[in-house]
Amino acid sequence: MQQAQTAISGRLPDIDQRDLAWYVDKLLQFLVFIGGISAIILIIGIFTFVTIEGFGFLLEGFSFKEFFLSEWWEPTDEDEPTYGILALVAGTASVTGLAMIVAIPFSLGAAVYIGEFSTGKTREALKVMVELLAAIPSVVWGFIGLSIMNPLIIKLFDVPVGLNVLNAGIILGLMAAPIMTSIAEDALKAVPDRYREAAEALGATRWQVIYKTVLPAAKNGLLGAVLLGVGRGFGETMAVLMATGHAINIPGSVFDSVRALTATIAAELGETAVGSEHYQALFTIGIFLFLITFVINLTADLIVRGIRKS
Amino acid sequence: MNMQASQATQEQQVPEMAIHTRDLSLWYGTFQALHNINLDIKAGRITSLIGPSGCGKSTFLRSVNRINERLGYVRIEGTIDVNNQNIYDEDVELVQVRKQVGMVFQRPNPLPASIRDNILYGHRLHNRDRKYSRAEEDDIVEDSLKQVLLWDKVKDILKRKATELSLEEQQKLCIARLLPVKPAVLLMDEPCSSLDPKGTAAVEELIWELRGKYSILIVTHNMAQARRASEECIFMLMGKVIEHADTAELFVTPKHKETADYIEGRYG
Ligand SMILES: Nc1ncnc2c1ncn2[C@@H]1O[C@H](COP(=O)(O)OP(=O)(O)OP(=O)(O)O)[C@@H](O)[C@H]1O
Ligand SMILES: [Mg+2]
Repeated sequence: MQQAQTAISGRLPDIDQRDLAWYVDKLLQFLVFIGGISAIILIIGIFTFVTIEGFGFLLEGFSFKEFFLSEWWEPTDEDEPTYGILALVAGTASVTGLAMIVAIPFSLGAAVYIGEFSTGKTREALKVMVELLAAIPSVVWGFIGLSIMNPLIIKLFDVPVGLNVLNAGIILGLMAAPIMTSIAEDALKAVPDRYREAAEALGATRWQVIYKTVLPAAKNGLLGAVLLGVGRGFGETMAVLMATGHAINIPGSVFDSVRALTATIAAELGETAVGSEHYQALFTIGIFLFLITFVINLTADLIVRGIRKS
Repeated sequence: MNMQASQATQEQQVPEMAIHTRDLSLWYGTFQALHNINLDIKAGRITSLIGPSGCGKSTFLRSVNRINERLGYVRIEGTIDVNNQNIYDEDVELVQVRKQVGMVFQRPNPLPASIRDNILYGHRLHNRDRKYSRAEEDDIVEDSLKQVLLWDKVKDILKRKATELSLEEQQKLCIARLLPVKPAVLLMDEPCSSLDPKGTAAVEELIWELRGKYSILIVTHNMAQARRASEECIFMLMGKVIEHADTAELFVTPKHKETADYIEGRYG
C-alpha cells in the first residue's frame, strides 16, 4: 500500500524516453507479425499467380465440356490440340484410390498398435520410426517404384510393364501411411482414458474396448487422417511420375499404365512456351488441383480440429 | 465352471461373505500400497470405506475387480474371494470377474454413446451367445433405469448421447448399466464427490435403495455420508485396515485411537 503511494506521488523519470530495447521490441514484433501472416500471403499469392497464368485459357480456349469430359489430352496436336483431363483425373483417382486401400489398414493398424498396445520405449521408438518414414523424399519412393517394384510386378503377374496403377498405388500408399498413422494415433490419444476404463470395468476385453469404444469415439479424427492421405495422394508428383508409366489412359485394370494430373504439369511445363495455350492449360490444371487439395485438406483440418476442441 | 456353480448355490442361499480377503498386499512397482489386508465384507450390505487421502482406499477397491491390472506395474500377493471364489486364481477369466463385480467411478464415465447403448453395453458383452430381440432389450433398459430412479426422466430420450445428461443423471446411469448382468458386488469409488449437494442426496438415496439386492462397497471422504448411508464401516490408514465394525458402533465407540482421531477430524 505504502509502496504504491510513493510510486504515484514520486516523479516518474524519463517517461517519454525510447531506448534501444523499445526499438528492438517493436522491430521484433513486426518481424514476428510478418512471419505469422506469411502463410496467408503465400497462399493468396500462389493462387493469384496460378490463376493469372491460367486465365487466358479459361477466358478463350476453355470449354468446360472438353476440359472435364474429354479423355484426349493432346496439347501438341498440329491441327487441333485438345485439352481433356478426364484420363488424367482417372489416373490420379485410380492411383489415389488404390493407395488408400493400401494405406488405411496399414496406418490404422500401426496407430492402434502404437496408441493402444505398445508402451514405454517401444512406443517412443516406433513413433520416431514413423516420423522418419514420413521424411523419406518422394523421389526415393519413385526410385523404389522404378527399380524394385517394376521388375517385381512384371515377374509376379507376368505382365509386359510394371509401371502402372498397381505400382504407383502401392508406392503412394506406403508414402501416405506414416503421416496418416501419426494423425490417427493423435486421434486415438484424444479419446479419454476413462472411456477405456469404463469399458474394461464392464467386462470388455482389450480388443472389444478398441473396436466398440475407442475407434467409434475417434472416428472423426480417423476420417481426418484418411482425408489428409487422400490430399497427399492428389498432390503427390514425383513418385507417381516415376511409377505410373506416364501413359494417358483410362485404366481398365490395375496393370494399366496411367498418367496423373500433377505429373502432367511437371513433365510438360518446361517444354511449353510461356503464355501459350498449352502453358495456360497446364496452369488451369494447377488451379483445379489447388482447389481440390485445398478443399480436402481444409475439411480434414476442420474435422481434426473439431475433435481437439470437444 | 466354478463360477457358475457358486452362482447356482448363491440363488438358494446367499453366501455370507461377498468379499473375503486374506493377507492381501499390493505394490505399485516397488511402493507397497496395501499391507496384509484381511477383510470379510458381508453380502447384501452397504459397507463404507473411509480413511485419509492416500491410505489405499481406491487401490483396495480397484483390486476387487482387478481393474488395477491395466497398469502394467502392479503386483499382488494374497487372495480375494468374491462369492467364495478366489478371483486371482489362474483359471479365473477376467471377464467373469467384471461380470460379478461392477464398478462406479469417482467421475461419472458414461461411454460416448446413447443412453440405451450405455445400459446395454455390459449386457451385450456378457451375452454374446444369444441374440436378444429389441423388445427384450427394451425391457432390460427400462428395468435398469427404473432401479436407479431415472426411467421417468429419460424414457423419451433414450437415443440421446449419455454424455449430455447432468452429472447426477450420468452417475445414476453408470450405476444402472451395471445391473443388467446381475453383479453380486458393486464397488463405488467416491460416487458423489463430483456432484452438487442435491445430486449427492439423490445418488445416496439410490444407493440406499439398492441395499439388500447387491453387496455394496463404497469409498467416501465424507464422514457424514459414511454415517448415514452405510451399515458397516472400514477405516484404513497407510495401507492397513485399522478397524471394521458396524457403522453406528464405529462412529460412536471406536476401538482404536487412530479411528477416533480420524472421525474427529484430526487427520484433515
Ligand atoms: N497408479 C499408481 N501408481 C503408483 N502409485 C499409486 C498409484 N495409484 C495410487 N498410488 C499410491 O498408492 C497409495 C494409495 O493410493 P489410493 O489412490 O489408493 O489412495 P486413496 O485412499 O484412494 O486416496 P484418495 O482419498 O485421495 O482417493 C498412495 O500413496 C498413492 O500415491
Ligand atoms: Mg481414491
